[in-house]
This record gives sequence, structure tokens and C-alpha cells, in this order.
Amino acid sequence: MPTSFELTPMMMREIIMDHYSNPRHKTVPSGDGYVSIHTDSTNCIDNFDVYIKCENGKVVDALWDGIACTISSASTDILCDRVIGESFDSAVYTIEQYKNMIQLKDYDDSVLDEAIVFINTGKQAARIHCATMGWDAMKELIEKEGK
Amino acid sequence: MFDPKTLRKDFPMYRNSIEMQGKPLVWLDNASTTFKPDCVLKAVESYYTHETSNSHRGDYDLCYNMDMKIQETRETIQKFINAKNSAEIVFTSGTTGSLNLIAYGYAAKYLTKDDEILLTEAEHASNVLPWFKVAETVGCKISYIPLNEDGRLTVDNLKKVISKKTKIVAVAHVTNVLGYIAPIKELAKVAHEYGAIIACDGAQSVPHLPTDVQDLDVDFLAFSGHKLCGPTGIGVLYGKFDLLKLTDPFMTGGGMNSKFDMCGDVGYLNPPLRFEAGTQNIEGILGLKAAIDYISSIGMENINHYEEELKKYAVEQLLKTGNCTIYNPNSEAAIVTFNINDVFAQDAATFLNSKGIACRSGQHCAKILNDYLGVVATVRASFYFYTTKEDVDALVDAVKHGKEFLDAYFI
Repeated sequence: MPTSFELTPMMMREIIMDHYSNPRHKTVPSGDGYVSIHTDSTNCIDNFDVYIKCENGKVVDALWDGIACTISSASTDILCDRVIGESFDSAVYTIEQYKNMIQLKDYDDSVLDEAIVFINTGKQAARIHCATMGWDAMKELIEKEGK
Repeated sequence: MFDPKTLRKDFPMYRNSIEMQGKPLVWLDNASTTFKPDCVLKAVESYYTHETSNSHRGDYDLCYNMDMKIQETRETIQKFINAKNSAEIVFTSGTTGSLNLIAYGYAAKYLTKDDEILLTEAEHASNVLPWFKVAETVGCKISYIPLNEDGRLTVDNLKKVISKKTKIVAVAHVTNVLGYIAPIKELAKVAHEYGAIIACDGAQSVPHLPTDVQDLDVDFLAFSGHKLCGPTGIGVLYGKFDLLKLTDPFMTGGGMNSKFDMCGDVGYLNPPLRFEAGTQNIEGILGLKAAIDYISSIGMENINHYEEELKKYAVEQLLKTGNCTIYNPNSEAAIVTFNINDVFAQDAATFLNSKGIACRSGQHCAKILNDYLGVVATVRASFYFYTTKEDVDALVDAVKHGKEFLDAYFI
């Protein structure tokens, strides 16, 4: 999806609902070679695992599974789209740009693609953690793999 | 009967027209905590502006007066729950502190590996985890009294599981998710027949119902100040005096011993002072007295009656929307636990927030109950005497539009 044209709020909603209702990457891995990290929250019910498979310094697959609200489900599912096929460095860069966007700092939107739909999360402060917990977990996992 | 709208004038949180998300605040999280009336704030402030002094530590008038005030508060609480003796009233940090005191000070001391503690699946974490710790320490068993199909605790079900091994029955008078009133008096009778004691979690009952510990014949009762318009950080443990005498202090230090020497020979004071080591939460104690005087002046019967009516109204109106599932339509307490159809509880609560409505979502600290309900999470709206029908209407209106929950981020 190009990000050069303006997304309307209606389109953004549809993207969130689509990834929530029909997540592409919500499953436990069936094959070998995956590493995982658990993430949960004290202020809400979100409780899930993030998995990646890496080859030659690249993320070749990313999955997640567990219990999560709309915001954490959709944001984590989109995250998986964003990191699959990426080198560790560029995946971490994307995650950092996303975090900057959520935290209302300057960010590079060219790498965010659909993740841009979470631009308004700050309106509901209690959900900022939901929108970032999968991303924080993924960053930790990738950085561990990169070492 | 009282008028909630008139009473609201006593509360700065209402007078100050607090807003959330640019909308007038609709406070429906009273099972979590409650607003404070002027008289409570004044009592707390007065301690710092006119009455500052420690208690039982000085030979001067301010200190003496403070001792008298603390004793007066004990007597106010004694009357409020109809305890036999003001020495049966122990100040704690809250319900959690009180239940931990029973667990560590009594249960861990007297229970052995052959004993059993009975709980229910509907208990709050504060009435589960301290008992888990006791079981871990002494090796005793934790068992659960089955709830009936509505989620209610019944005397018959207690009879099915209680045995001579049961030493403690620890249950809530009103459960914090489903809001059923447990038949505590009858449960206590059965527990006593088996030689067990009954420890009652009164966090959700004492603020809302008349409480008579002698009539209920509970051995221990725990409750919090902040859920009945008092300050946070102050609560009460009621215990029958003979049991309190058998109970060890949870903390030791100043103000709770009668003597000690370098050989480690220590004499503890009698209850309640034995359990009140260190400088107490004096502002909290004074605020608690003001809060109890305030709600007593409204009348606990009146509060109970009003909340029952409001609960019925809320259930009726919410069901009319056809857009939600209520898990406790028939429970007595002013707690409605529900889900907006096809909307995850947390998303629903965020949507309600966007409408200025404060409700709790999640497992409400009763994490084992959700297995029973068969849902991951629920939304809980809980009322108090100052909650109005208009507050309920605001909730109902939001629930009607629940499918638009992503509006919370885009409008």
C-alpha cells in the first residue's frame, strides 16, 4: 500500500479492523528455527508471544499468538508485515520510527506503511502500551538475535 | 430517601465539573474507589493545619487529644459494624492489609499441612493470594467452594465441601465482579459447626450495606476506607477479640510492644495496638471517621435500597439495547458486569473513556473467575449513592453505539 496519498480515518479504521478480524500472522509456528518472547501488561488483558525466524541477518518470518485487544492485535499483526524480509538493522529502524510516531516525536513515515494507522493512539493514553508492546517485544527479540 | 443530586454538591469531584476526553465525567468505577466529600477532606486537612501530633507518644495536650480522636474513630467504626468492643477494631492500610494480617498473623501460625482453607473462584486477588502464601508456608490445602450456575455462593455448596480439615473459610460478603451478596450468617454457622473460622472480605459490602458483625457472627472482617468515601491507605480489620489475642503482629516496631530488652525478651501490647506498629496513617484515620459519619448520616439501609433500584434500572436499560451481554443481571449489588457484543472488553472500556465514562475492563483482580464465566475479560460498571439515572443513561447510550468503538481514536 502506498503511503503517498492521504489515508482517511475511515480507511484507517478498516485497516485496523481488518488486521484484528483477519490477522495474517496470528499463529504459533509450525516449523523449527523460531525464537520467541512473551509480553503482557499490568493495565490490560493483553498477553501474547511474538516469534521470529532469522536467516543470514534477516527476519524471514514473524508471527504472534495470544490474547489481545484490537489495538495490540492489529498493531502486532502489521508489525509482522513490516519486519518480514527485513535485515535486523532496517527492522529495528522501522520499529524506532513507529515508536517515535506514537510518542509524537519526529519520524520517518516512509518505512511505516500500514502502521501509520496508529498515529492517533495518543488520544487514548491508556492504549499506548497496547499499540507498542508487540513492537517493543519484537525489538528486544531482534536485538538479541543480532548479537 | 436522599437525593443523589443534592449529595453531589458535597463532592468537589462533581462541583469542579471534571471532564474526561472533553466530556463531563461519568464515574462508574465505584467498586474500585469512590469520591470524597468535603467533610473528609476537611478532616484530613485539619490534622495538618490544627491538630498535628503523633499518637500515644507525648505528654502534651495535642497528643492526648489525638489519642482521644483515634479512640473515638475506633468507637465510630465499632458502632458502624456493631462490634462488641472497640478493641476489636484494628487500623490497617486497607482490605489487602487486613486479609494479609489474618493470613500471616493467624493462619500461618496455626494451620498445618493436614488443614484446608476454603475459597471461591469469585474472590478478589487479595482474598486468594495471601492464602496461597499460607499454603506455601505450612503445606496446607486450598480448595474451592463451587459456585452455583449463576455464580452465587450458597450454603448447600459449602456443606458439600467443608470437612473437619477445614480451618478457614475465606469469602467475600459481596463479590467484586458479580456482586452477589453471600449468605454470610448461614455460612458462618456451618463453618463454626465444623470448627472452622470465617474470614470475610467486606471491601464491596461494608460501603453499600448495613453490616452487623455480631449478627453475621464472622470471625474476621476486612474493609477499606477509600471505597466508602474515605481516604486511600486506611482500612480496618475487625476480629473477635479472643482471635485477635491469638494473632501475631504482621509488623513489629514502636507503639505495639509493652517492653523489650537486649536479650530479645519482648512483650507485645494487647489488640488492637499490637497490630499497629509505627506511626499510624493518622490523617487517614480522621478522614475515615468523617467518611463513616457521612455515609451513616445518609443511612446504610437507604444506600442499599437506592443502589438496588439503580442496578435494576441499569440492567433493564442495558438489555433493551440488545447490544450487550450481562453476566450478573440478577445479583443484588450495584455492579453490572457485561460485554458489548462483538467488542473486546478493553476496546469497549476505551470507547467508554472517549465518551467520558469511567468503567473498568479486564479481569477485575478476580483472575480465576473468568474460567467460570467462559470469557477472557469483561467491562464492569459499579455505582454508589451519588450515581444518577442520567449516569446510567450515558452508559446505555454509549453501549448502543458500541460497534463504533474505533471512534475513540478517530473522532
